[in-house]
Amino acid sequence: MSQDLFDRFTKCAVELLSVDAAKVTRDARFKEDLEADSLDLVEFVMALEEEFSVEVPEKELEGITTVGQAFDLIAAKAK
Amino acid sequence: MQGAGHRVAITGYGVVAPCGIGKDAFWRGLLGPGITSAKTVEIASWDPLPYFANPKEARRSDRVEQFALAAAQEAFAMSGDLPYDPARMGSIFGTGIGGLRTLEEQVITRVEKGERRVSPFLVPMMMSNAAGAAISMRYHLQGPAETICTACAAATHAMGYAARLVAWGQCDAVVTGGAESAVTLTAVAGFANMTALSSSGCSKPFDATRDGFVFGEGAAVFIFERWDAAVARGANIIAEVLGAASNADAHHITAPSPGGVGAQACMRMALNDAQLQPSDIKQVNAHGTSTPLNDSAEAQAVAAVFGSPTPPMTSIKGVTGHPLGAAGALEAAAVLLSFEHRLIPPTANTSILGDDIACDVVIGEPRAWTPGPTISNNFGFGGHNGSVILGPAN
Repeated sequence: MSQDLFDRFTKCAVELLSVDAAKVTRDARFKEDLEADSLDLVEFVMALEEEFSVEVPEKELEGITTVGQAFDLIAAKAK
Repeated sequence: MQGAGHRVAITGYGVVAPCGIGKDAFWRGLLGPGITSAKTVEIASWDPLPYFANPKEARRSDRVEQFALAAAQEAFAMSGDLPYDPARMGSIFGTGIGGLRTLEEQVITRVEKGERRVSPFLVPMMMSNAAGAAISMRYHLQGPAETICTACAAATHAMGYAARLVAWGQCDAVVTGGAESAVTLTAVAGFANMTALSSSGCSKPFDATRDGFVFGEGAAVFIFERWDAAVARGANIIAEVLGAASNADAHHITAPSPGGVGAQACMRMALNDAQLQPSDIKQVNAHGTSTPLNDSAEAQAVAAVFGSPTPPMTSIKGVTGHPLGAAGALEAAAVLLSFEHRLIPPTANTSILGDDIACDVVIGEPRAWTPGPTISNNFGFGGHNGSVILGPAN
């Protein structure tokens, strides 16, 4: 896992979701741990798409509940 | 006010305006200089964060909703906790437009970046009812939560409806007022191109050389409460809603009916609702936008209803500019402050009244008075007229 990519991912989460960077861990669950509802996540994914110059089709987001899952999805595309 | 016999008390209010945030700063602003060189007036360095749990919550509220929640916070702090069944508390709010800034930003985003970049918060931020809904959610008001969108008469109509819900015993308390924040480049262009904005950038209601309004923004929120219930809980009653009325010119989309006949009828209906005679009215808080047409029609209507001399009449729009749907709310706040300070704020910038203005317009210095029943008028594009009569608590 690239630390640089994860730092950029964390920065987006801190900004968009108003959470402390320390809470943005691979195991953190968006809904329960980061208090992000479905609209928050749509906005967050948009920000990630901009930050990493990637495109994430909606259906690839199905089943994604944790920071680690979302990061892996983005990181795979960002390569 | 006609109803089931319940008097309507005002127990709290809050104000957000370019001339001052909070009722005391707003009052100082009303006694200060007017706007003399700008087509728009906005709240400088607005910081929404003190009114939200975190930056995320603030960001997903349009500026109009931020204003409303800020004013509501001051109103509730003044009123104290309302000990009523949430189902018997409502939110009846007014706005002319709603979250226009968000809409305009997102249209630009769509054009520049494509549909996939349009915010998922666009809809809940732009909808006109967002500010009133936000008040209902934050303060857990589960009775009626409705938003009235009658252009520049919206807040006045909202206050009239809110008062009626209390007067008829359908609610124990209703949070009301109005908010507006619509000074976008597109809206300014639209108002400018219809020649409604002041070309000189000077808001001078009723002046002989008035040439249009200055586009403003702001919010004021009020807590209306059943008088006997407010007394029972030991609340400080600031004022009373004595009457209200609403009607329509059914004449033209933007121009008032000739002679202000619609406005005359509206004021008479409000007097009847309050069971007052014209001679009982001690102040007129005018719509007074500084446009040639509005001010002429309104002055004719006031002269027709109240005779000569009219009660002292003032327009705060020399200072506040015209905040569209929030106008009636800021003006009701000014009326409550005029009760508290026993002064009628002057119509800023106005020096020589137009030949068509046969009214006792307060100009120059604030005028000392003995607070009494005051009528506040607002008129909106679409031919909407609204009047509300407020009286000091006694």
